[in-house]
Amino acid sequence: MSTIGYESWAVDLADVGAIYPFQGWEIPMTVVGVIFWLAWHRIQFVREGEHLEQARKMGDPEKVRKHLDRY
Amino acid sequence: MNGNLDALTTIFTEFYYWVTVVFMFLIHVGFCMYEVGASRRRNHMHTLMKNVMVIPLVTVTFFFFGWWIYWAFPMFPFFGGLNHEMGNANLPWSPTMGTNLGDHITGVFWAAFLLFSWTAASIVSGSVIERIRSSALWVHAVLIGSVWWIIDAAWGWHYGGWMVKYLGYHDAYASGVIHAIAGGYALGVIMVLGPRIGKFAADGTPRDIPPHNPWMLTIGIFLIYTGFWGFYAACNVPLISPEVIGGQITGTTWTATNIYLAPTSLSAITFNFLMSLSGGLMAAYVVSKGDAFWTFSGGLAGIITASAGNDLYHPIQAMLVGAVGVVIVYKLHYWVERRFKLDDAVGAVAVHGYSGVVGLILAGFILWGAPSSPFEGYATVNPLGQTLGAVIMFFCLGFLPAFIVSKMQAAAGVLRIPVEVELQGLDYAEHHAYEDAIVQVIEADKAYLSAKATPAE
Repeated sequence: MSTIGYESWAVDLADVGAIYPFQGWEIPMTVVGVIFWLAWHRIQFVREGEHLEQARKMGDPEKVRKHLDRY
Repeated sequence: MNGNLDALTTIFTEFYYWVTVVFMFLIHVGFCMYEVGASRRRNHMHTLMKNVMVIPLVTVTFFFFGWWIYWAFPMFPFFGGLNHEMGNANLPWSPTMGTNLGDHITGVFWAAFLLFSWTAASIVSGSVIERIRSSALWVHAVLIGSVWWIIDAAWGWHYGGWMVKYLGYHDAYASGVIHAIAGGYALGVIMVLGPRIGKFAADGTPRDIPPHNPWMLTIGIFLIYTGFWGFYAACNVPLISPEVIGGQITGTTWTATNIYLAPTSLSAITFNFLMSLSGGLMAAYVVSKGDAFWTFSGGLAGIITASAGNDLYHPIQAMLVGAVGVVIVYKLHYWVERRFKLDDAVGAVAVHGYSGVVGLILAGFILWGAPSSPFEGYATVNPLGQTLGAVIMFFCLGFLPAFIVSKMQAAAGVLRIPVEVELQGLDYAEHHAYEDAIVQVIEADKAYLSAKATPAE
C-alpha cells in the first residue's frame, strides 16, 4: 500500500501521471484550503478591528509628538 | 514527451519559466522597499506587512480560482459560454495542478501568471499606504490579483480571447492587462479612501510628503526594473514550432512568440526594453527638472508605455514611445492631483495606469494593420480596438469594481484607519512595546551589573 499509488519506481515513466498522496481527495482538499483562506481573513479582520479600537485610545500625546518629529 | 526533441523543448520551457518566476520575485521585493521607503517611520512595519501578505493571499486564491478563470473566460460572457474543457483542466482539483510527471509546464506557467497577479495587487498597495486598513487592502488584493486582472487576461491576453479576436487588441507585455487595470483600480480605491492627513493645505494646495528614505526608493525601483526583465521573458513562449501553434504560419521554422502565439524574439524585446527604459528616464529627467523620484519612476513608465508593442517596435520607436508617454503621464498626474485632490502616495495611478492607457492607444496607431494573431479570422491591430481596450482595462475592470467595493467598505466603516491612529502611526503599539522592552532590558542589565560584577583592578 502506498499513499501516492506507487510502491516502487520499477515503472515506465511515460505511463506515470500524478504522484501526490491521496489522489481522489482533491475536492475535499480544496474545500479545506478554501476554509483555511476564508478563516484567515475572518480572524485577521476581527483582530485588526480590536487593535485599531485599542490603538485610538493608546496614544500618549508626548510620545506621538516625538514620532511626528522623527518623520 | 515523444522523442528527444520534444523532451528537450519541454524541459527547456519548464526551466525558462521557472527562471522568469525567480526574477519576477524581485518586483515584489522592489515594491516592498519602495513602499517602506516612501512611508514615514511610524508606519513602516504595517506598510511592509501589508504588501508581504499580498503574496500568500493572492497565491492561494489564484490557485483556487484565478487560474481557472484564465482558461474558462476567453469568450465569456459576451461571445460564448465558459470554456469547460480548458477550464476544468486548470481547476484546483485537476491532477495536473500538482506533482505530475506527465505535465512539466502547468506549474511554472501558473507561477508566471501568479507573479503578474502579485504585481497587480502590489501596485494598488503602494498608492494607499499610511491610511488604509490592511484587511481592506487584502480584500482588494484578492479581487485585483485573482479576479479582475485575470478576467482581462482571458479576454485580451490569451490567444483565444474575444478582445484579440474582435478588437484586434494587442498588448504583448501588458501595458493594459497589468498596468492600466492596476492603475485604474488604485484610482478607484484612493478616490473613496481620501488623502493622508496633511496632504492638502486648507486652500486645497497639495503638499509633497517626501519619502523618509530616498535610498530605499532607489534600490526598490532598480529591483523592480530587474524583475521587469523576468516579466518580459515570462510573457513569451520561448520556443514553439508552427505545427504546434496550428495557425497560418507556414514552413517549419521554430520561433519564440508573444502570449498570442504570434512571432517575436527574446532579442527583439531586449532591445526594446532597454530603449524604452532609456527614453522614459531621459524624458522624465527633463520634464521633472531632474527630480530623482520622477526620473526613476519615469524609466518604469517608459517601459510600461512601450510594452503593448514592444514585441514588434523598432528600438527607436520604443524609446520615443517611452519618452512621449512619460511627458503625458507626468503632466496628467499633477493635473489630477490638483483638480480632484487625490493622494496617490507612490504615483502608481500615473506610472502604471496612465502609462498603460497611453501605451495601448499609441500601439494602435503605430501597429495599425499588423496581425494580432497567427490564427485566421482575427481583427488586425487598430487604434479603435486599442482605445476600447484601454477603457475596458482602466475603467471597466479596474476603476469601477475598485470604486464600488471601496464604497461598500467605507459605508461599513472598514476601509480607513481611525484618525487618531493615522496621527500616532500604525506602528505605535509596536514602537511603544519596543521602547518599553529596551528600557526594561537596560534596567535589568544595569541591576545585574551593580549586584554581580566585580570592579576592575
